[in-house]
Amino acid sequence: MDIVTRGFVGRRSGGDPRIPPGQYLERDFPVLSAGPTPVVRREDWTLRVTGVDGSSGRLSWADLHRLPVEDVRTDIHCVTKWSKLDTSWRGVDVEAVLSAAGVGTEGATHVLAHATGGYTTNLPLADLLGGRAWVATEYEGASLAAEHGGPARLLVPHLYFWKSAKWVSGLELLAQDSPGFWEQLGYHEYGDPWREQRYVGD
Amino acid sequence: MTVAWSSPPLPMPWYPARVEDAWLETRTARTVVLDVPGWPGHHAGQHVDVRLTADDGYTATRTYSVASAPETGRLVLTVQLVTEGEVSPWLVGEAREGDELEVRGPIGGWFRWDESMPEPVLLVAGGSGVVPLMAMVRHRSRVGATQPFHLVYSARTPDHVIYTNELFALARTSPGLRVDRLYTRGGLPDEAREPGRLRPEDLPAVDAFPAPPVVYVCGPSGFVEAAAGILIGKGHDSGAIRTERFGPSS
Ligand SMILES: Cc1cc2nc3c(=O)[nH]c(=O)nc-3n(C[C@H](O)[C@H](O)[C@H](O)COP(=O)(O)OP(=O)(O)OC[C@H]3O[C@@H](n4cnc5c(N)ncnc54)[C@H](O)[C@@H]3O)c2cc1C
Repeated sequence: MDIVTRGFVGRRSGGDPRIPPGQYLERDFPVLSAGPTPVVRREDWTLRVTGVDGSSGRLSWADLHRLPVEDVRTDIHCVTKWSKLDTSWRGVDVEAVLSAAGVGTEGATHVLAHATGGYTTNLPLADLLGGRAWVATEYEGASLAAEHGGPARLLVPHLYFWKSAKWVSGLELLAQDSPGFWEQLGYHEYGDPWREQRYVGD
Repeated sequence: MTVAWSSPPLPMPWYPARVEDAWLETRTARTVVLDVPGWPGHHAGQHVDVRLTADDGYTATRTYSVASAPETGRLVLTVQLVTEGEVSPWLVGEAREGDELEVRGPIGGWFRWDESMPEPVLLVAGGSGVVPLMAMVRHRSRVGATQPFHLVYSARTPDHVIYTNELFALARTSPGLRVDRLYTRGGLPDEAREPGRLRPEDLPAVDAFPAPPVVYVCGPSGFVEAAAGILIGKGHDSGAIRTERFGPSS
C-alpha cells in the first residue's frame, strides 16, 4: 500500500464475510440498465432456446409456469460496488427450462443470454447448470417489477449481476464463447465477484 | 456488434492521482480536479473508479463520471454529497490540494459521445446526473461540433444547479446549444413554469429535431425512469435512448 488518502477513515460497515472484496452493503435496490425499461406483458413473454445444431424451442409464460418453481434466498453483487444480502426470489431452474424447451446441450460450452431491447450477456453453460441459475419471476414475494427485469430475468447470483439478464428473451447455446453487450464494452467476460473480475483483464 | 477476442487483455491499472484544485458548485456538490500522470484520456460520458485508502490500509471504491472534456493527464469530477455516505463526504468535504488517491478507468463504452456521431443530441439531466452530460457539452464546444445539442436539466431549485455560470455562458456563445432548466421545488420569481417534477411538456418530441437525436438520460433512478417513459411517448425510439442511473431510487 503506497497511496494513503489524508483524512479518509471510511465507514467500515463491511466486515460481513458474505460481502465480496470491493463491495459495500446496500439496503435499497438500485436499478441499472443501458436504456429505457422495456414493457413486456406476460401474455407476450416468450423464451427462445436455440441449440448449437440449429434446433430451437420456445417457452411461453404458461409453459414456464408448468415447470417446478423454486424459492431462492441469496446474496447479489453488482459490479457498481453494491451487494444485497438475503434477497428472496422465486423462479425455475435453468436446467429445467432447457430440457422443457427440448433443445439438447451437446456440443455447447457457452450461452449467450438475450433480452428484450437487444441486450446480451455471455456465460459458460456450466454456470447455468447444477442448481446455480434460474429464470426468476418473483422478488420478495411479489411479481418482479419491470425495472428489475420483470416479467422474467435470469438469476445467476454467483456472478456480478449484469450477467443476470433482465427481460430475458432467449438462451442461445454456443460451441464457443462470444462476448455480450457489456463484455464488448470493457467488462470482464466471466465476472466472479469474489475475484473482483470487474473489467476486461481483471 | 462483434468484437474478436484475440490476445488476453491487460488489466486496467490504478493510477495515482493528486488533487490539484477543488471548489463548491452548490452547497452540497463539489468539483475536484485531479492531476493523473499517465491518464490515457476518456470519452465524454465515461466514468472512473475512485479508491480512497485509510492509513491502516482500509479502502473504499466508488464510481464517478468524468465532468471534463477528454484530455490526458487530468480529470475533473463533480460529486454530490450523500450525507451518510462513505466516499462522497470525503470528496465533498475533505479533499484539498495535494491530497492523494487512486483512479481507474476509463469505464463505460455505451453512455458516451464523441464528434464522430453526427446525430443531433438530446441530454436530459436530473441533479448530479448533469455531470457526464456536461462532459459532452464541453467536448462539443471544444471540438467545434455544430449539430443541435439540447440539454434539459432538472434541479431542485436554482441554487442546486451545478455549472450554472458556464452553462449560461455556453448557451449564449455556442451555436446550436440550447439549455433549458426546470425546477422541482421552487424556481426564480419570473419563472413561467410551475415548480414540479418532469412533465411531458418539459421534453422535446422527436420531430423537434432535424433528424432523430441520440438521447442521453442521467440522474436518480426514478428520474431516469420517468424521463425515458415521457421520451418514448414523444416519439423517441427506445433504441436511441441511453441511460445512466446514479444511486438508488427516487
Ligand atoms: C456510473 C455511475 C456514475 C456516477 N457518477 C457520479 C457523479 O458523477 N457524481 C456523483 O456525485 N455520484 C456519482 N455516482 C454515484 C456514486 O458512485 C456514489 O454512489 C455516491 O457518491 C455515494 O457514495 P458514498 O460512498 O458517499 O455513499 P454510500 O456509502 O455508497 O451510500 C450510503 C447510502 O446512501 C445511499 N446512496 C448511495 N448513493 C446514492 C446517491 N447517488 N444518491 C442518494 N443516495 C445514495 C445508499 O442507499 C447507501 O445505502 C455514480 C454512480 C454510477 C453507478
